[in-house]
Amino acid sequence: MRNSRTLAFAIGVIGVVTLSSCSRPAVDAAAQKMSDSAVTEPRATQPLRVRLMTGAQYANTLKYFFGDDISIVSPFAPLSRTNGLLALGAASAGVTSSQLQQFQRSAATIAHQIVSAEDLDLGIPGRRDTLVPCKPASKTAADDACAEKFLRATGKRLFRRPLEEARLSLLVAEARDSANRVNDFYEGLAYALEGLLISPEMVFIADTLEPDPKSPGRRRLDGYSVASRLSFFLWDAAPDDALLEAAEKGELYTAKGLAKTVDRMIASPRLADGVRAFFDDMFVFDNFDNLAKDASVYPGVTGVTLVEARDQTLRTVVDHLVTQKKDYRDLFTTRSTFMSPSLAAIYRVPSPPGWHAYEFPADSPRIGILTQVSFLAMNAHPARSSATRRGKAMREVLLCQSVPLPPPNVDFSAVEDPKGIFHTARERVAVHLKNPVCAGCHRITDPIGLALENFDGAGQYRAAERGTAIDASGSFDGKEFHDVAGLAQALHDHPSLPSCLVSRVYAYATGGPIDAASKSLVAHFTQQFGARGYKLPDLYRAIALSAAFSDVTDIPTAAAQTVSAK
Amino acid sequence: MIENMNRRRALRGILGGSAVTVGLPLLNVFLNGNGTALASGDPIPTRFGTWLWGLGMNAAIFTPKKLGANFDLPPEIESLKNVKQHINLFTNFNTFKDAAPLMCHHTGWVILRTGMAPSPSNVRPGETIDVTVAKRIGNTTRFQILSSTATGDVRDSYSYESTNSINPPDWSPVRFYQKVFGPDYQDPNAADFVPNPKVMIRKSVLSGVLEGAKSFQQKIGAEDRARLDQYFTGLRDLERQLDLQLTKPTPLAACKHIKAPADDPAAGVDAGLVSKRHRLMTEVMVMALACDQTRVFNMGYAAETASTTKPGYEKPHHTATHEEPLGPGGYQEEVSWFTRRAMEEWAYFVEAFARTPEGDGTLLDHTLAYAMSDISYAKIHSLDGIPMFTAGRAGGKLKTGLHIDGAASPGTRVGFTAMKTLGLDIPSWGTLSNTTSKEIGEILV
Repeated sequence: MRNSRTLAFAIGVIGVVTLSSCSRPAVDAAAQKMSDSAVTEPRATQPLRVRLMTGAQYANTLKYFFGDDISIVSPFAPLSRTNGLLALGAASAGVTSSQLQQFQRSAATIAHQIVSAEDLDLGIPGRRDTLVPCKPASKTAADDACAEKFLRATGKRLFRRPLEEARLSLLVAEARDSANRVNDFYEGLAYALEGLLISPEMVFIADTLEPDPKSPGRRRLDGYSVASRLSFFLWDAAPDDALLEAAEKGELYTAKGLAKTVDRMIASPRLADGVRAFFDDMFVFDNFDNLAKDASVYPGVTGVTLVEARDQTLRTVVDHLVTQKKDYRDLFTTRSTFMSPSLAAIYRVPSPPGWHAYEFPADSPRIGILTQVSFLAMNAHPARSSATRRGKAMREVLLCQSVPLPPPNVDFSAVEDPKGIFHTARERVAVHLKNPVCAGCHRITDPIGLALENFDGAGQYRAAERGTAIDASGSFDGKEFHDVAGLAQALHDHPSLPSCLVSRVYAYATGGPIDAASKSLVAHFTQQFGARGYKLPDLYRAIALSAAFSDVTDIPTAAAQTVSAK
Repeated sequence: MIENMNRRRALRGILGGSAVTVGLPLLNVFLNGNGTALASGDPIPTRFGTWLWGLGMNAAIFTPKKLGANFDLPPEIESLKNVKQHINLFTNFNTFKDAAPLMCHHTGWVILRTGMAPSPSNVRPGETIDVTVAKRIGNTTRFQILSSTATGDVRDSYSYESTNSINPPDWSPVRFYQKVFGPDYQDPNAADFVPNPKVMIRKSVLSGVLEGAKSFQQKIGAEDRARLDQYFTGLRDLERQLDLQLTKPTPLAACKHIKAPADDPAAGVDAGLVSKRHRLMTEVMVMALACDQTRVFNMGYAAETASTTKPGYEKPHHTATHEEPLGPGGYQEEVSWFTRRAMEEWAYFVEAFARTPEGDGTLLDHTLAYAMSDISYAKIHSLDGIPMFTAGRAGGKLKTGLHIDGAASPGTRVGFTAMKTLGLDIPSWGTLSNTTSKEIGEILV
């Protein structure tokens, strides 16, 4: 019975999940009627996960609750990219003592900003009156009632579940004792807040279980854990008050309630934050954090140019997929984007001040996000283009294929060019194909990378290299093309393009690599994604509503093991 | 509830909640009569750290012909002229991947910093040597380890507590200065010592976190419990570090005020920018050691696959190692340009220690810095003969000024010698062919 379950794949406003297994909501009749198609969802469960929050999630969460003007220096170490995503590294990342020192420093800075009093001389805005929901009887003494009100609400937001009463009492006592020591209610509150911010409940997103009322003897994710999964997936931040309330009321374990919540979250402007975070991760844009170009070769490319190149692509992605709800594949053939003055200099187009929507003409070589400065400059050397890097990125990032590393003992002498006889990249990389050791990999990267050779290492258009006209023709897994537009179309039509996205989104949503048992589930989502026109919000919705999204493998916790041992 | 509060109440009782002012005359309290120990009677501490540069060397113009003392300085290391007496150079030591595949630029440094070769199933290193040493000598300072990188990229870390726990380096000189010498810094030479009441409150808050989070720990599955345990260990370390701030620090003559860097160098790995970043970082690191803010350090000059660039030359360092043909001298001239820049920075780093007086000598006399690359000849990813250095006399326990030929013995001998010198009680270090129990006797006093 547990192996068969049905997903009611809703096309209307409200979607429903139909399950015949034990650990997911039973579908109520009203919701069932709203579905107009039903397909079997393969069963897949996730391991119970404890994920370290990412720096972006930490910042997004705090800024949402306390304001965009809160200054946050991320205390988190870089994650290890796992199966194409940094986010998956969070499921195994630990925190060293050195990092904890950084957490403490960040917590202190943030806590004091939250309770700050206005000081015009120092340029400090007053936040306490808006962020603390009560006034103490005296600013210079403890006030348990006011402290409790603030800490109860804030603790619930930061821990993503209500504080246990004992913990709350401890925090109120901290605030009291601290306030009395420094004769300042708000400073006392800040110290208690510091304690919340460095608590493991804050920085680790832990799946926790509860008895499953529908299956005696079994356990399921508790509602707050489901809320966190949804929120970090869709918004890249902790749940808001409404989502925590839905969890508290048990609404995330009714199909109707879950669908209502997911639809609210997908309709929220905060979905853009979640989508930006996902694509920033999938596109390996963390490389921009230290990307620079050789100023003597590309004098027009500054640090601002590269920051805005990253932003341009993410703006394009969000507008295309979220605002316009267009076909994901068209992202690689669209002429629509956004332009800033510093980027306009690289694209050699006019630009008014600030960001604005921009459409490349139909005969422009700029077609799709592959021809944006972000992809072209990031997958290149500091002072020259790289057909190999670009081809490799297309394969690995967009198609989820794996290009092996060069063998350690490879002989690179063939690509040495002491006499400067190679005029173009095509001539240079052609020698790779003469050596069987090199050819195996370069045959799958270089032909598609060479199609982008009309763009130099900074992403600027060029018709020729060293006086020789650039030939951008080639073939892509059996599809011949003559120019970059042909490459874009071939990528658009590549069967691995949507399946790669689906597998990445599913892994990102559930916080871990896709195991063999989940492959049929990914195929199922891919089929549904295509059937519904490759619309990202629909894919997000289908995954969020799926049984697999929150179906975890029950494993003993420390507490359970202790009981068992007794 | 009352029971839970006991720890924190006990803490408050230590100083009764009041500040204590301790006045001390300065100049005559730094050292004992002969300048070999601090006034407290404690010996001047020995520091340990690492320095890493990527992509090895061109042996023909790097490796001295002469062994032992007064070794010659071939062109690629001629910039070491002023520090030759302070360093040892180790050549012809090997690293062994055994059955594991050669992971190009990764395998070599992982072996030299952990004693074991990485494998496809365990690519990331385990505990690195700095962490091992810090457990021995790093527990009495504000920072157990300070790590920084001159690449400007926080991802360039070579310090791991475990496979999944990385010590991220500081990459911004401005932020690095603020971290060490910002508002939480207590000048050991300040005339008066006033325990900061905020530190006491923070310590109490930490105790509250440790107590309050116990129930959370119980809810975590067995597989993740180790990560939680590590977090709790970190919280206890933080408590200990706060304790240190409640104690009057020993005055330190070597500790001086240094100016904060005005600005960070621009982003990028142009060799000039890297050098500027490295020197700013070095100044902060040296004074952090002299002021006893840490006793263990890591400095990364360039990543394992260094992408350092030379203005006007289209290939970054790593690409050049594979694509540049040999020049008339039989070596890669552009690659050598990059290696020479790295050696200039290594010389700068050593000199910065050597020009910092401490006791009857210098900070370098009380330091053991261990420098290594990731590879020997990058063009072919050779693990044989990865160049290594030590700098400093480790409190008089090491000789310097020597060129040692390893005769193809394990390169892990340098790390093993360092750890034994620093008092670690280990019979051997490394796994499989990288196992060694043999110190490098030539450099021991």
